[in-house]
Amino acid sequence: MQSFEYVAPGSVKEVVELLTANNGRARPLCGGTDLLVQLRENRLKTELLIDVKNIPELASIHYDPQAGLWLGAAASCYEICHNKFVSENYPGLVDAIHLIGGVQIQYRASVGGNLCNASPAADSIPALIVYEATCMIAGSNGTREIPVEQFCVAPGKNVLQNGEFLLAIKVPVVKEFFGAHYLRFIPRNEMDIAVVGAGASVMLDKTRQKILSARIALGAVAPTPLFVEEAGQFLAGKAIIEENIHEAAIIAQEAARPISDLRGTAEYRKHLCAVLTRRALEIAIKRARAQ
Amino acid sequence: MNKKVRVQATINGEEVEFLCEPRQSLLEVLRETLGLTGAKEGCNNGNCGACTVIMDGALVNSCIVLAVEINGHRVTTVEGIATPHGLHPLQEKFLAHAALQCGFCTPGFIVASKILLDQNPNPSEFEVREWLAGNLCRCTGYDRIVRAVLDAAQSQEKSL
Repeated sequence: MQSFEYVAPGSVKEVVELLTANNGRARPLCGGTDLLVQLRENRLKTELLIDVKNIPELASIHYDPQAGLWLGAAASCYEICHNKFVSENYPGLVDAIHLIGGVQIQYRASVGGNLCNASPAADSIPALIVYEATCMIAGSNGTREIPVEQFCVAPGKNVLQNGEFLLAIKVPVVKEFFGAHYLRFIPRNEMDIAVVGAGASVMLDKTRQKILSARIALGAVAPTPLFVEEAGQFLAGKAIIEENIHEAAIIAQEAARPISDLRGTAEYRKHLCAVLTRRALEIAIKRARAQ
Repeated sequence: MNKKVRVQATINGEEVEFLCEPRQSLLEVLRETLGLTGAKEGCNNGNCGACTVIMDGALVNSCIVLAVEINGHRVTTVEGIATPHGLHPLQEKFLAHAALQCGFCTPGFIVASKILLDQNPNPSEFEVREWLAGNLCRCTGYDRIVRAVLDAAQSQEKSL
């Protein structure tokens, strides 16, 4: 593997200083399940790895009934999926995060890293988008907050500027009559990268017959995880009937801009978009009704 | 070449201290510096699980952990699974069921299965298969491995 130096600072301030001083020649390290592989294959270069996973703000998972969920960027998939507050309040997030790799990867990989790696097929990102999650980004001017759907800008590229790094992901409190789900299609039973992934969330009215608002996001069908805002807007105020679910699925399908690759053709991916969106919506509605 | 860093850790219950470059994986140091060749290098990119070890109770692929990252931590390799009194029930059952052919993946399976049984002493077949999804075997077709793990779970239950 290429040579680099390694430091494990204890504070956010030190990380910002190190990143700024090493302008583009340093990278934050969490679980390393993507980063170390990419460094070994020379797909990335670095002179310094800054291990951030022992910094309290990045390592913590914290739930507050008013402020919502704080997912430290370095919290592992395993810790997140086994956290009582996360599994009780955000089952749609657990659906997605649980799918990332086998147990060895789950113990090590972080959701923050899944975001920063900015893969179009990242499983956690559509789920975070439908929960209206935001990214807390630390930098020399303090912390800025942006919606998750704005974080990725191209395959492997994110909005982080020199001196900046992802501190945490914030997920708002889930209200009554809300439900969400994420699912993906892979040709095997386990351990693969999504051909298409779909996340959906709905907010129902008190009668549980009408959708007040909805969000739909797709993975692996565009250069970045795709927030299909218009599909959710279409569903707002609509009755929960098959025609409306079908129409929303068609809107999502039309928004997708997939490529053909070894995992599937563009045509096949288009087809999957509609199927998976419909299924994700149906389970999200079922969960909202069960609340 | 980068200068070497001093790392102190507990490996298989023993305090150890070694020098390594920051770029060296834990797997590389275990095998080449510390002489612990139980963990195997299969894919060297986190896919196959042949290099699985336990770090502070968590299962990790040692090929994608840097050796410097274990400073101050506890690591258990397959060499630390048996006790002075004999093999671990998992090791006994892997032998009894002939749950291996070439044996290259076996250390990873033993280590991964140990954490499964520590956490879930009576797993279902589905739970065993799901837990071991990060360990690849190209010989056995997995069936004997799964049977060995289930049998080890039963024998542990009986001995309790």
